[in-house]
Amino acid sequence: MIFAAAAIAILVSLALAVVRALRGPTVFDRVLAGNTVGTLAILLLATYGFVTGRPEWLDIGIAYGFLNTISTLAVLKFFRHGDLAYDIDEKGDAS
Amino acid sequence: MIDVLVDAISGVFILSGGFFILVGAIGLARMPDLYTRMHAASVTETLGAGLLLIGLMMQAGFTLVTLKLVFLLLLLVFTGPMASHALAQAALHVGVKPVLAEDRRDRLDKPDGPGPKSGSEA
Repeated sequence: MIFAAAAIAILVSLALAVVRALRGPTVFDRVLAGNTVGTLAILLLATYGFVTGRPEWLDIGIAYGFLNTISTLAVLKFFRHGDLAYDIDEKGDAS
Repeated sequence: MIDVLVDAISGVFILSGGFFILVGAIGLARMPDLYTRMHAASVTETLGAGLLLIGLMMQAGFTLVTLKLVFLLLLLVFTGPMASHALAQAALHVGVKPVLAEDRRDRLDKPDGPGPKSGSEA
């Protein structure tokens, strides 16, 4: 029952994060909303494992956490430098 | 007896974690600015996730599930600030300005400046 309440709270939060991802004025708002969706998906996996009584979903949650971080950093690097293979010695304005 | 107590405390932790997750998501949807939205989203990533995972650890007891939850919490604790730092740095580098709600000097100098209009004083 408590797990179901937490899962419903996480689902409502997911809906709000998707709203921000659709409405966000800049691309960084969308990246932030995507990162939040990833975090909430990890928490939803953990909580749903306890709802169904099978907490083996946690392995998927750990793997998804690593993927979420790497994808957020890659998207940020792309939108900051315009290139994933940016070399800091090519231009002098890197900060 | 002690099981009931642990159940009650973990229920409090899980429910407050869900509450803070919801608070952070509402802030993410309603804040006016990228940086304030990041401030709101950090509530979800640190306080909400921490409380929820600690409550789940209490429910799991000393098993492998608790170890996985500890790893999940460590992952969130270490990578969340890193992603937030990279996000703020990239936004500042591109030139996203924070929205300042009202500048009172500006409003006094120019009546039609930014900020809430007060038509009766003109």
